[in-house]
Amino acid sequence: MNVENKIAKNTKGQIEVLEAVVIRFVGDSGDGMQLTGTQFSDTSAMFGNDVATFPNYPAEIRAPQGSLYGVSGFQVHIGSMEINTPGDDVDLLVAMNPAGLKTNLYAVKPGHTIIVDTDSFTKKNLEKAQYKTNPLEDGSLANYRIIEVGMTTLTKEALKNVDGLDNKSITRSKNMFALGMVYWMYHRAREHTIDFINKKFKSKPEIIEANTKVLNAGYYFAETLELIPNAYTIVPAKMAPGTYRIIMGNAATAWGFLAAAEKSGLELFLGSYPITPATDILHELVKHKHFGVKAFQAEDEIAGISSAIGAAFAGDLAITTTSGPGLALKGEALGLAMMIELPLVVVNVQRGGPSTGLPTKTEQSDLLQAMYGRNGESPVIVIAASTPSNCFNFAYEASKLALEHMTPVILLTDGYIANGSAPWKIKTVDEMPEIRNNKVSEIKENFHPYDRDQKSLARNWAIPGTPGLEHRVGGLEKDKVTGNVSYVPENHEYMTKIRAEKIKRVQNYIPEIASEFAQKGDLLVVGWGGTYGSLYTAVKQLNDDGFTNIGYAHFNYINPLPKNTEDLFKKFKKIIVCELNNGQFVNVLRIHFNGFEFLQHNKIQGLPFSNSELTEKFKQLVSVSE
Amino acid sequence: METTAIKQYTFKDFASDQEVRWCPGCDDYVILRSMQKALPEMGVKKEDVVFISGIGCSSRFPYYMDTYGMHGIHGRAPAIATGVKLANPNLSVWVITGDGDSLAIGGNHFIHVLRRNIDLNIILFNNEIYGLTKGQFSPTSLVGQKTKSSPYGNTQPPFSPGELALGAGARFFARVGGNTPKEMTTIFIESEKFKGTALVEILQNCVIFNDGCFTQYTDKAVREDKQLYVEHGKPMIFGKERDKGLVLNKLKLEVVTIGENGVTQEDILVHDAKDSDPTLHQMLVRLDYPLITGIIRSFDDITLGEREDDLTAAVKFNSKFKKTNDLFFSGETYEVK
Ligand code: SF4
Repeated sequence: MNVENKIAKNTKGQIEVLEAVVIRFVGDSGDGMQLTGTQFSDTSAMFGNDVATFPNYPAEIRAPQGSLYGVSGFQVHIGSMEINTPGDDVDLLVAMNPAGLKTNLYAVKPGHTIIVDTDSFTKKNLEKAQYKTNPLEDGSLANYRIIEVGMTTLTKEALKNVDGLDNKSITRSKNMFALGMVYWMYHRAREHTIDFINKKFKSKPEIIEANTKVLNAGYYFAETLELIPNAYTIVPAKMAPGTYRIIMGNAATAWGFLAAAEKSGLELFLGSYPITPATDILHELVKHKHFGVKAFQAEDEIAGISSAIGAAFAGDLAITTTSGPGLALKGEALGLAMMIELPLVVVNVQRGGPSTGLPTKTEQSDLLQAMYGRNGESPVIVIAASTPSNCFNFAYEASKLALEHMTPVILLTDGYIANGSAPWKIKTVDEMPEIRNNKVSEIKENFHPYDRDQKSLARNWAIPGTPGLEHRVGGLEKDKVTGNVSYVPENHEYMTKIRAEKIKRVQNYIPEIASEFAQKGDLLVVGWGGTYGSLYTAVKQLNDDGFTNIGYAHFNYINPLPKNTEDLFKKFKKIIVCELNNGQFVNVLRIHFNGFEFLQHNKIQGLPFSNSELTEKFKQLVSVSE
Repeated sequence: METTAIKQYTFKDFASDQEVRWCPGCDDYVILRSMQKALPEMGVKKEDVVFISGIGCSSRFPYYMDTYGMHGIHGRAPAIATGVKLANPNLSVWVITGDGDSLAIGGNHFIHVLRRNIDLNIILFNNEIYGLTKGQFSPTSLVGQKTKSSPYGNTQPPFSPGELALGAGARFFARVGGNTPKEMTTIFIESEKFKGTALVEILQNCVIFNDGCFTQYTDKAVREDKQLYVEHGKPMIFGKERDKGLVLNKLKLEVVTIGENGVTQEDILVHDAKDSDPTLHQMLVRLDYPLITGIIRSFDDITLGEREDDLTAAVKFNSKFKKTNDLFFSGETYEVK
């Protein structure tokens, strides 16, 4: 896809109407690129576009200025059609320095546009970016449309009459110049950003004035600049009517728990330890003491989950949040929660592994850890969210399943959807499904803590403070009736099987898997978790191009799998399982369904799938069969 | 208060139907019985009592109490108990732990729970050995001690639980011999009354793997001469003849004899458990003659729960968010028609 393909036919005057455009802002960590990108995407969403964003920042908090590894980027994909990914090919790159240009040029297709701040292309910065010659002068960018702007100088010029600004504040506002230019190019209004500036710098009128002036200066500069031959606009997307907001995956996860707590009438307890990229869930939930949220920052990962187990024992909706290495540390405690059969949600925002791995990059390589990473036979429910906004639904669903089935639930998200943002059609608690729980409140004759619901096998939840139901639980094997410690061989086998059966029966309570696009045919594309946007977009494009024999099944429920999974697989000649790991879900499927040949497509680069790699792969598979 | 409505329990009300499985002669029996006797005196409802333990001989304790209880995982009881207490501040929450459980594998949770001063009671059964795994040295075993994992003598210097605890900010620390149930019962009752993390170290004899490790202090014949049982507001006097006492000589505690060298009872230090400054408490904890037992420190301080409650009340009062909908529809939303 390039700009030309995206230009719709109804070009009128100078304004070209596009279906979708991908813009990437890159610069030094201190250049304010995250803010610039967020402003652009929020403004576009309010204009009515569908948007998807993806921040890409260095692992170092303050990397040396101008260095290649200190580059911070923010990609925005906006469209008048459905947008499911932050996009592959960048239509417009805004590079605030040489290092940003160098590390991001790969994403820009020849013919596309790059805006550079020429003032930052100094000898020193070029050296830091390891350029031997200046790319703006040596002809290496001949295939791109380069727009050279002395942004630092123009920013200084715009601010020469503003008092009370130091040099640093002046240069720091040059991101607003870039934003102003891009706003003009895409016919975006500046009001939202001006409001934002006014709120953010309430107590600093000189900064408000400076940022507003520079934003306007960039806007008018672009207007008068002959170097920009065309302006583009993206018309509003067709989205279901309703009230929307832009939400990041991690915030959506946090809000899903808030909704579940309110619906279930329980208090929400979070025990957590900071870890990238999961910490934003903690950041979000600590704010909400007004809803009675108890967010406890513990001394380590183990204390995070252990405190949550304590809170679950005492009757709260208890959750703990982490990423891969943290899940490894939580393994033993998770086994305890499974053994005691307490409701508990563990969120793992997956990142590149193993060990410390790639903390700020995305990957789906904790699936097997989630499934099997505990001692003994210890099955738990595993589900996965697939978009930034449906993190809300799956956090809610994880809470519901944990409470209704008295078991730990692992919710997998990943850095890609957790940090990405998208429009969310706001859900009210009223429209969410009921959440029951298994609390017993009155004194029963012959109460036993391990009495089970006949259908779901969920046990009783008798919480401390309830008279007459005093009982002990623990990690030792317990008698199937009384719950007392038992070393009886047959009892252990019985209990092991009933714990497994309880999880298996969750199948009766979750939706069946369905194929999007072809219902039967030559190829079924299978994905799970955060790859939904990429896979959906690729399969849709192929279907639009006439490959109507390709179906797509995306799994949000991993353990147990939907009941009809095998039936669906039977309807396709070939099945390809696509994952951002070395092949984990595919092996889970092989264990369950050994009559099928599962092809694989795997990527382990800390990056999402690109559209072209997927469409090429799928095309090959269907053409070979013909 | 509602204490009037509390049924008068006896120790039997707190005994579960489970057969107690510690080795015959183990001090753990004394501790169990003392706890069962102390609970009816505390004015708490049985259903509000929760025992949380880790792993080890001591950690079987919750199974023998007819209260709510959880036998957790190794070292993590303070963290689990923290969750229980934060979830329901009305509960009386007890952590049962040993020297290996709390000072080795659970060391991190141990220091942090003390630092936060959450309203829990921690009963540390210190027997200076690993019992359940059959006799390895623990973080309180002495240098030179021969154990299954130190056949030529232990080379790792020990922690003093009290010193570590005070260093971590403990507001309440008591020490008591495993063979003095009366004192133990009193201390349990006091630790429940105390608002904050109350740590009780019990010098617990393990008859199987470390028999007699505290005999030099706890044996009935020497106890009064070797132990000083401190009480807040009382002079620190000990000895069968009640003629020995502690004075401060420069920066050291010194044992003096009343009636000798012109020393009178007035010269003896009066114990101030409630002093916010733990310096003297640290000195008492370090003393090995006499060994200090009783409530060494009991400093009333704001608890984690109180801090959290105050903050929550303030945030709730000032917040415009009453229901999640208020939040979800707040700030920047937009309409799609
Ligand atoms: S091994 Fe020692 S501590 Fe454990 S029960 Fe036996 S005597 Fe008591």
